[in-house]
Amino acid sequence: MKVEPVTLWLDDRLGIGSIAQLARKKEIPIHRHSIWYYFGGMTLFLFGVQVVTGILLLLYYRPSAETAFESVQFIVTEVQFGWLIRSVHSWSANLLIATLFIHMFSVYFMRAYRRPREVTWLSGVFLLLLAVGFGFSGYLLPWNKLAFFATKVGTEIAGVIPLIGKPMLRFLRGGEDVTGATLTRFFGFHVAVLPAISTVILAVHLALVQLHGMSVPPGLEGKNLRKMKFFPGFLMRDLIGWILAIGVLAALAALFPWELGEKADAFAPAPAGIKPEWYFLFMFETLKLLPPKILSFDGEVLGILGFAAGGLVWFILPFLDKHERTRRPVFTVIGVIVVLFIVTLTIVGFVS
Amino acid sequence: MKLTNDPPSYSRSRLTFFALIPMIALVLFQTAAAQKKDSCVECHSRLEGPLSEPVRLSKGDVHNARGLSCVDCHRGDASRDDKAAAKGRQTGFIGKPRSSDIPRLCGQCHSNAEFMKKFNPSLRVDQESEYSTSIHGRLLKSGDQKVATCVSCHGNHGVRAVKDPLAKVYALNVAETCGSCHANAGYMNSYRIPHDQFDNYKKSVHARALYERQDLSAPTCNDCHGNHGAAPPGLASVANVCGQCHSRQASLFQASVHKTVFGLMEAGECVQCHSNHGIIPPSDEMLGVGEKSACTHCHGKGDSGYAAAEEMLEKINQMSASISRSTEILNRAERAGMEVSKPRFELNDAKDALTQSRVLVHTFSTDELDKVLKPGMDVANKSYGAGASALDELSFRRKGLAGSLFFILFLAALIYLKVRELERRSQAEKPAGG
Repeated sequence: MKVEPVTLWLDDRLGIGSIAQLARKKEIPIHRHSIWYYFGGMTLFLFGVQVVTGILLLLYYRPSAETAFESVQFIVTEVQFGWLIRSVHSWSANLLIATLFIHMFSVYFMRAYRRPREVTWLSGVFLLLLAVGFGFSGYLLPWNKLAFFATKVGTEIAGVIPLIGKPMLRFLRGGEDVTGATLTRFFGFHVAVLPAISTVILAVHLALVQLHGMSVPPGLEGKNLRKMKFFPGFLMRDLIGWILAIGVLAALAALFPWELGEKADAFAPAPAGIKPEWYFLFMFETLKLLPPKILSFDGEVLGILGFAAGGLVWFILPFLDKHERTRRPVFTVIGVIVVLFIVTLTIVGFVS
Repeated sequence: MKLTNDPPSYSRSRLTFFALIPMIALVLFQTAAAQKKDSCVECHSRLEGPLSEPVRLSKGDVHNARGLSCVDCHRGDASRDDKAAAKGRQTGFIGKPRSSDIPRLCGQCHSNAEFMKKFNPSLRVDQESEYSTSIHGRLLKSGDQKVATCVSCHGNHGVRAVKDPLAKVYALNVAETCGSCHANAGYMNSYRIPHDQFDNYKKSVHARALYERQDLSAPTCNDCHGNHGAAPPGLASVANVCGQCHSRQASLFQASVHKTVFGLMEAGECVQCHSNHGIIPPSDEMLGVGEKSACTHCHGKGDSGYAAAEEMLEKINQMSASISRSTEILNRAERAGMEVSKPRFELNDAKDALTQSRVLVHTFSTDELDKVLKPGMDVANKSYGAGASALDELSFRRKGLAGSLFFILFLAALIYLKVRELERRSQAEKPAGG
């Protein structure tokens, strides 16, 4: 009796009843590929973990070349459960990229980008770019030796791009070299610019998912598929996955704490076998394997331009594959080749 | 001030012009000198065997490179083709100089500051007078023709600058050069001095630094004995010689009780414990009363020095063991993924204390040792404590993880059962509703 007026009051002003109704009405098709539906939710959950742990880290982190390393050291040694928050933030970031890739390729192979979900795909690819940007900018923040040189190499690669390369390199580094100015800049990107853009794009992405509902693979379209209620069935299953993800993150943080390494020193020699984060490895290895000259062009420049062109094609994919219902084995084959290429070169990168 | 007020273009061009005059003159002079006839080289280059050696060796000779020629040392007339005329009495030809004449012959130029300034203003010009104070110089003066003179160490026709790695007196080659006589038992026989210095030196810590690390600042023969004034340092001056590099140890020793005692014993200060040419790397075992102890050479059971030696070693060993214990636990914590770089950095203070204590043994006072070892020990214990708490923290994390995983799995199972129940209920409701 006492609760009802409050919900009515809220419904009257916020319209929560319609949201609850939408949740009650929303249904998830059940078929042999339904498992892939969970990866979007998992990515969203890990993003939430990043937001929470990131805010907690912000309470102690100090973004300058003189204090960054020491403040992270303080977090992992002196702050109560600081080690847990920092390790969870680092591990969760990596798991997020992994689930994001899985989510993207599942959407690709199920051809869920088809009409009317083109904008959902575009916003998703944009979110992937943002996530990679989060990874690249966040990697430097502890200001350790590995991060310093990886950022140096990473920004150098960006600097090779014709015309825009040099200005972009100076913009990213805040000067000619990786310095304290780069650190504060990356910090700004990591905690303000990227989160602001991500929030907007993520809102659009989620709103579009609600608007269009779950996509069904072309081969199953029109069949009388069983349905599962989004609430409580699907959401509670999602919840099980998220709780298990917390367990995995806790185990990784406790058993394999994320290393801090040595403080960055611009005058020290670069450590041997310097490598970027695993999700950049396939590109890094490709650029390494390319010959210095292809015809009369610089091999590295061609490689970077190749990746840029590939990324663009990937981005506009819904406009290339317009056939709505028919099977398109060409796209499946291309997808398999892309996955094999990424997996193989990532393994090569780890082994070499 | 005046110069800067002048028109710069005019003053500069005039200065440049005047600066060029001597340079042009020098070039013209050198060209003329190069074209000048040198019958010594002409004839000796045609000869075979030892007589052609001077011409061959002179290729890398520092004197030859500076424009000096045979006649500058040997006299004679190089413009004459005829051997008798070139080496005639009236030309002052001196052929192969006698050993006793060599220091003066070289000194004619090398003791002349004004002359030497033209070639190298920073070069010393006291070699000849220094040589006369050396054992070599004194023996030469007494008529011994076997002793080393300038050419014995520097060579005669192939004299190279000291900084030239091919020079016989380059830091890396000095010991071998000295050893060519001093390690020759037959040659040294008549002087009744040992000939094992070179062999001993090669085993020393100094030789290791010089040859293995290529550390040219590491001492070789001339750094302790002097070069031109070479002589063994007297008993009273040994500490001064070693103190040139080991200044802290030397000053501590000078203020210690052993300074007076060693003086009374007529013992050679540093060399009494460390020896001379074959100085091995000092170790903690040189303290104490064990087999390798240097203290037991003089001290016996029951005297206070014996007890002090034993106590000093014990304190240093304790410090060393404490550092090892702390390092080991920090390594374990680090291998387990714990962040221990701060206590590891702090442990360096304990290592410094250990190093300092090894220097302070030259005070031969346990109280002095305590002054650095006590704080060092505190640091080592603190680092050990940090390592131990890191491992405790690790164990806490693992226990915490086990507990949370149990709770997480339990919660997941509960939700799963709830979902199943809800689905069963909705399945059951459907036909009823339908």
